[in-house]
Amino acid sequence: MPNKETLLEWYRQMTLIRQFEEKCHALYWDKRITGVYMHLYSGHEAIGVGAVAALREDDHAITSYRDHGIALARGIDPKPLMAEMMGKKTGISGGKGGSMHLASREHNFWGGYAIVAGHLPLAAGIALESRYNDKDAVVLCLLGDGASNNGYFHEALNMSAIWDLPVIWLIENNGYGMGTAVHRVSGQPELHKKAVAYGMKDLGCVDGQQVLEVYEAVSEAVAYARERGPVMLEAVTYRYSGHGVSDRQYNTRLEDELRDWLENKDPNKLFCQYLQSKYKGIDEQLHQLDLAMHALVEEAVEYAESQPAPTYDDLFTNVYA
Amino acid sequence: MGQKNLPMREALRRALLEEMRRDEKIFVMGEEVGYWQGTHRVTRGFIDEFGEKRVRDTPISEMAIAGVAVGAAMAGLRPVAEMMTINFAFLAFDAIINHAAKIRYMFDGQFTVPLVIRAASGWGDQATASHSHTPEPIFAHFPGLYVGCPATPADAYGMLKASIRDDNPVLFTESIALYSRPGPVPDDEDYLVPIGKSDVKREGQHVTLVAYARGVDWALQAANDLAKEGIECEVVDLRWLRPLDLEPVYESFKKTNRCVVVEESLPHFSFGSEIAAQLQENAFDYMDAPIKRVTAADVPLPFAKEIELMALPNKDKVIQAVREVL
Repeated sequence: MPNKETLLEWYRQMTLIRQFEEKCHALYWDKRITGVYMHLYSGHEAIGVGAVAALREDDHAITSYRDHGIALARGIDPKPLMAEMMGKKTGISGGKGGSMHLASREHNFWGGYAIVAGHLPLAAGIALESRYNDKDAVVLCLLGDGASNNGYFHEALNMSAIWDLPVIWLIENNGYGMGTAVHRVSGQPELHKKAVAYGMKDLGCVDGQQVLEVYEAVSEAVAYARERGPVMLEAVTYRYSGHGVSDRQYNTRLEDELRDWLENKDPNKLFCQYLQSKYKGIDEQLHQLDLAMHALVEEAVEYAESQPAPTYDDLFTNVYA
Repeated sequence: MGQKNLPMREALRRALLEEMRRDEKIFVMGEEVGYWQGTHRVTRGFIDEFGEKRVRDTPISEMAIAGVAVGAAMAGLRPVAEMMTINFAFLAFDAIINHAAKIRYMFDGQFTVPLVIRAASGWGDQATASHSHTPEPIFAHFPGLYVGCPATPADAYGMLKASIRDDNPVLFTESIALYSRPGPVPDDEDYLVPIGKSDVKREGQHVTLVAYARGVDWALQAANDLAKEGIECEVVDLRWLRPLDLEPVYESFKKTNRCVVVEESLPHFSFGSEIAAQLQENAFDYMDAPIKRVTAADVPLPFAKEIELMALPNKDKVIQAVREVL
């Protein structure tokens, strides 16, 4: 069982992610963040924070385009992340990647990838290097429910299975691939069961709103992957802000459903209640963390807006090594 | 420096073998590369020497062959992935274009992708429409990728070694029709053909023939025949479609003022289109005749030998085009 300090660190991260995402959303509608694509992690916080907490520093994480939360959970400074949202030269990807392509090699965060399921074989390849060089590092590959219907899913999972690659395939099932419900597009709506087709360890389904449950399940998955090989786990969650920020229909269309998740199953709220019941008199500490994260995000915005845009010379750098 | 006479497939095999002996980070993966000894025998004997760790037979999963190789390359290995034929690389197009070619740029240099994807390419064996592609120019469209297409065993040897030693992703195609064609290969394990350097394969002052891969063979055959009647063709082998080294083409064109482009690929939005466009942009004042393109016919390839051959470029079509520009 994680100690109080660790639990508070998770609370800090979950709060930071929520604040960061809500700020991004506001900045987008304010046209201070431009572009067409930005996919927020609000609602998924318990998965990103719980799963990354189960990794060692030398383990790897890779995810889809819904990548802000994983970047923050891996400990990347919000400043270059926010600068990337705004396409600044000092953004984490030099202003060339945008919201969907955050990465930090030094944090072993291999990036967000914008082709649905396109990062799955990359995860297997990174895991291959670990096995090839007799390391025991594992790869946490987060993917959405929609990715589990893509050809990359089949090919990458199968290859990870035949080569015993140390990958944790963690499906973040938020109920919808863009606007289409999982049961309408997946012959097997219990997504974790797809592991069986590859002879892969199926660790089942976990409540993605409970950070402790996610942490425990992913810890088990990590141990298995480190010792044996690939493993699959599904975490059920919900997406608060539509597929992307420009998706305006979503919230009105599913108003009741959304309200239920927000009011009754919000991961941050549930974790806050857990901490309050477990540690009497912790409210003030939590409140201080809320304020600190608010300030951290504001600082990141201030930093990002003060940064220069990339130049004409930057346009042509890093096409080749 | 000594040399040996080797068929292109053996030159490629030697290049890969020597590189794998030199650097343990290099491994091969692909369909039938191991116990089958390679569909085109380029990896013959590898499984015995290097074992399953470095000679990885894969499922028939082109998306994963390319994608897993990209991930392994990002992580520091140096994969040489094989597409049994370039036709199957279409299945891996996303992994090659959206990932291999763009990852370095998208993350502003945080990752390198030292990857070679080898693929047999070409047509003419009644392989039919889905198995007879030469789409090298399509891949050359995308920045972030290099595209190498050797025409001789020596170039195959030096270009493959250069591709393996480079830190960028290279799509490397091997003409099926040239695999068994012998030629001199230097006895030098460090013989490298620089990436993005074209080569004048024959000198001449009357017409410039620009080609790559199998097109070079047709161009040289035509040049030999034409020489008998006093027409001297200069044959420039581009070798790499990206980076594209057109300086020798301009130099030659300034002398000949005439150009015929010879390629095995299709005519629309092609290699020939690009060469013609660049010549008119950069050497317009030297142009004395329209630039002619000898390409495959603009059809999917049929099975019947009689009409398949009609669709292919050949020596006679090159000679005809040369006569038209003289």
